[in-house]
Formats: sequence, structure tokens, C-alpha cells
Amino acid sequence: MVEHGAENASTGENRANPTRMLEVRNLSISYGSKSALRDVTLDVRENEIFGIIGPANSGKTSFLRALNRMDVFTPGMNVEGEVLVSGKDVRSWRNLYALRRRIGVVFPLPVGLPMSVYDNVALAPRLSGIKKKAVLDVIVEKCLQRAALWDEVKDRLHSLGSLLSGGQQQRLTIARALSQDPDLLLLDEFSIAVDPVTTMRIEDILKELRKETTIVLVTNLVQQARRLADRTAFFLMGECVEVAETEDLFAGGVQDQRTREYVEGRFG
Amino acid sequence: MRASPADQTILDRRNLDWYIDKVVQVLVFVGGISAIIFIIGIFVFITREGIGFIFSSWDPIEFFTSPRWAPTSSHNPTYGALALILGTASVTGLAMIVAVPFSLGAAIYIGEFASGKTRESLKVLVELLAAIPSVVWGFIGLSILNPLIIQWFNVPIGLNVLNAGVILGLMAAPIMTTIAEDALKAVPDTYREAAEAMGAARWQVIFKVVLPAAKPGLLAAVLLGVGRGFGETMAVLMASGHSINIPTSIFDSVRALTATIAAELGETAHGSDHYQALFVLGIFLFLITFLINLTADLVVRGIRNR
Ligand SMILES: Nc1ncnc2c1ncn2[C@@H]1O[C@H](COP(=O)(O)OP(=O)(O)OP(=O)(O)O)[C@@H](O)[C@H]1O
Ligand SMILES: [Mg+2]
Repeated sequence: MVEHGAENASTGENRANPTRMLEVRNLSISYGSKSALRDVTLDVRENEIFGIIGPANSGKTSFLRALNRMDVFTPGMNVEGEVLVSGKDVRSWRNLYALRRRIGVVFPLPVGLPMSVYDNVALAPRLSGIKKKAVLDVIVEKCLQRAALWDEVKDRLHSLGSLLSGGQQQRLTIARALSQDPDLLLLDEFSIAVDPVTTMRIEDILKELRKETTIVLVTNLVQQARRLADRTAFFLMGECVEVAETEDLFAGGVQDQRTREYVEGRFG
Repeated sequence: MRASPADQTILDRRNLDWYIDKVVQVLVFVGGISAIIFIIGIFVFITREGIGFIFSSWDPIEFFTSPRWAPTSSHNPTYGALALILGTASVTGLAMIVAVPFSLGAAIYIGEFASGKTRESLKVLVELLAAIPSVVWGFIGLSILNPLIIQWFNVPIGLNVLNAGVILGLMAAPIMTTIAEDALKAVPDTYREAAEAMGAARWQVIFKVVLPAAKPGLLAAVLLGVGRGFGETMAVLMASGHSINIPTSIFDSVRALTATIAAELGETAHGSDHYQALFVLGIFLFLITFLINLTADLVVRGIRNR
């Protein structure tokens, strides 16, 4: 854990510092007796894109699941340690639903819910009690615009969301995540089922979004992290090997040999 | 790329898998076709038995508008099926009012809330309930529900629409539960996860996402129940009172189409008007069931393609 020395020292003094969107302290995750993540400590700053790279099974998805407390509906998933969102431990939130509304999630495979495009995007606002059609209309249009989907679907807002193409559905998922107006947006390998052109469009959207929200981007495309992330963490076999400025990471200015090898694609 | 001569022969030779594949194809085809042939055969048979009557002395206006079903009257036999149709419809309608909330509630509980042991034992229990023979349900209606209805509602007779509807509803509920639960299970977990991650509470996930997604399957469950209600004979015969009436309240005794056929067919002379009239009832039932299934199919398709 030597690598974290510098990070820890800088965060120790300001636990509730508002510029720290997310603070993770000694987070360990296990499924039954099987450990998936061990003793991860890191910070995510407000309005940054925080990349997480690492090979399969390194615990990236598990990490995200702990952030919005999806462990509650995964039987056997056990979370230890602290996760602070805006300085408040996620496990101290009485109202789990309110916490989840502040955190948008995009899953690896697009999930167009079996309702109209409009209803897909309006779902979260409706859940939080917005009923006025005029208000919903504005939210739906704005979110679809921001997800670069509006032009393609504005004439078919009332056809089934699950009938869109895969790439469109993924942007729909992003629009839906944005409809919550989240403080924190979690993306898990969003480009896995999306063509390169759409991927680039979504990447542009994310760069825009950084101005308004904080993004944690899990990706197995090392170059995607390089293009987007301000800082990047490298996970390996349930361990956070290191966190570094993305530039440094790719310039080879990192302490750990394993990170360098992974980034350079020389990994076994 | 060019295949070498050796490859060429391998590519040209049909191997065992190819033959197995063909045999399986033929077997599946025969199976599927024979199911269709049986259904057509049944329809042809019942139509043949009743068709002569339809063209000779059948009066469709009387059939659909007269409540007088008196085929054994010696001087003036009449064949009005209105009371029978309404009898079947009222009992089935009440049965659905009973069965739909029960079965959907049970399916939601089993599929969305219960877990582990509770869930498994509930499923076994529901399957056991579905296996109770209909004559047993009829017996329950006759010997348990009948006195209870007389006592609670202070009516002279407890064999009526209420009794038959409740019995039929309880009888249809288990199988409807099973189908509905399958429909809920077919909704991918990713939907639930996506909705929960958006901050939806459990009931919101169920009502806004799971139930709409499972709608075709749930509808199929309900229509299966309706079909069951139309077709059920023994329990209805025992619990409905089996007397010809146009029901005006749930405490009226009624007679069902199916029960009429079952009770009378044995006593008619083969080929007589009465015998043929019963087959006309059969044709009618067949068409109704066919229509219900067709509607179900169209509705389900409509939902899918919206
Ligand atoms: N629901 C679960 N039940 C049991 N074990 C799980 C569950 N989810 C994940 N795991 C285990 O936790 C470990 C980490 O998995 P995780 O999904 O977090 O990896 P990942 O880094 O996201 O991998 P990938 O890049 O393939 O998505 C794996 O060994 C996996 O088998
Ligand atoms: Mg993953």
C-alpha cells in the first residue's frame, strides 16, 4: 500500500472537503467467502472523470456496486470499509432511494426498459414525484439532447425503447441516468456493445458532462481511459495497485511495474 | 481460399450429425402437425354430429335469445341456449374476479419477494393445489361452501353463481399463478437492477417495470383462466345448482353449457335432435375457446409490436 502514501496524506485532513465528491476508505468486498476487492482507499474529486482500468475479475464492477449500495440486492455480497459521497457515508443514508437518485449508473450492456423512449427517460423524474407533463417534456428533451440521441428519436418518442438499436439504447441509458440530474455518474464499460462511432460520440458527451457532474468510468479499453480520464486507478486481482494522473500513468511515470506493463499492453 | 482435395471430400460427405438432424426435424414436424390434425379432427367430428341439426330445424334466433332449454318436452321441444350461455359467462366472470387478484398477488409474492426455502415450498404447494381433481372442488362447493353461503347470506339455497364462481376461481388460481410467475421470472434481472439503481423502491420496480414487461405473459395467464372457466364441467355442475335461469344476482342458481352436455348426452338417442343440439352447444363452446385464444394471441402480438 506504499503507493497510496501521498494520496492518503492529502486526503486525511479534509474528510468533508466539498471538492472531494467521493471518498473510499479501506473498502473490501467479498461474495460469501470469496474476496473480490481488498482494502481500496481512494478519492474522486468533484467534476473530474476518474478512470478505473484493470483486467477481468479485478473487482471494478464490484467497486461500482458498492458506491450506490447495490450490494443490498446482491445476496451474499459483503461490503466493509467506508464510502463517503459528499462527505456522508453511504451506509448512513436512511433513505437509500434518495442516495441512488443522486448517483446515475450505466451498465455494460444497454438496458432499454420495456416502455416508450419518453417513459424511459421520464421514469426517474416521475419516481421522484414530478407529474406535470410540461416539466417532464423539458427534462426528456434536455436529457436526450445531452445524450446525443434527440435527433434520432424525436419522432418516435412513443415507440418502445427496447426496439432501438444497441448503440441508441446505450445512449438512452445515459439519458436516463442523466434524468436524475446525478451528482455522480458511474459508467461500467459502456462501450462494450457499442460501435466505435457511437463510442466516440458518447466520449464527447462525457467530456461535456464533466462540467456539471463527477464521473467514474470503468473501462477495459486502456486508451479510452487515456482519452477521457483526469486521473486513473489501476485495479488488479481485487487490489487497487495505484492511482495516478492519467498523463503520468501513460508517460510511464508510475511507481509500480505491473501498472506500466498493463498500460503498455505487455500484461500476461 | 481454395479447399484442398482432402478437405473437399470432408465437406461433401454427410456425417452422422446431418442424419440425426434430419431425423429430429422430421420427428418434430410430425409431432407439431399431429397436434394440429387432432384439433381439426375434433372440430370436424363435433361439427359432423351437429351440422344436420343446424341445417334442418335449428333456429339461431331462438338459440341465442331464448332462455328456454327444453329439449325433452314431448309436444314442443325448444333449444334456447341464452340461459346456459349467461350461466357459463356469469360463473366464469365471478371466477376471474376471485382468481385474478389471488393469482397475481401470489405470483408477485413468490416471484419478487419470497426467497430460498419459502419460495420453493410455496411453489410446490401451488403445484399441489393445481393437481386437485375438479370433482373434489365440486364436492367442496357442495358440502362446505353451500351451507356456509346459506348461513352467511341467509338465502334458501347455496348452490349458485357465487358458489360456482368461488370454487372455479380457487380452482383456476393455482395454474394461473404458475403461468404468471413464469412470466415474471422471464423479465430480465437487468431491468430490475436498472430501475433500482435509479432509486425506485421495490413496489415501484414491480408496478412500473416488472409488471408492464411481463404483460403478455400475465394476460396469457388470465386468458388461460378464462378458458379453464368456460371448459370446466364437473365442479360447475356440482356447485352451480344446475337449474336453468337467467342470473339476476349472484345468489341465483344457473346451469353451464358444459354441465348441460355432460348431464344430458348420456340420455339421448344417437342422432336425435336433442343429441345434435348438444353438439351444437359443443361447437359453440369450441368457437368461443378458439376466439378467446385468438384474441389473446392478437393482443399479445399487439403489445409486442407497439
Ligand atoms: N454476484 C456475484 N456473486 C459472486 N461472485 C461475484 C459476483 N459478482 C462478482 N463476483 C466475483 O467477484 C470478482 C470480481 O468481479 P467483478 O465483476 O467486480 O470484476 P470486473 O473487474 O468488473 O471484471 P470484468 O472486467 O470482467 O467486468 C470475480 O471473481 C467475480 O467472480
Ligand atoms: Mg465488470
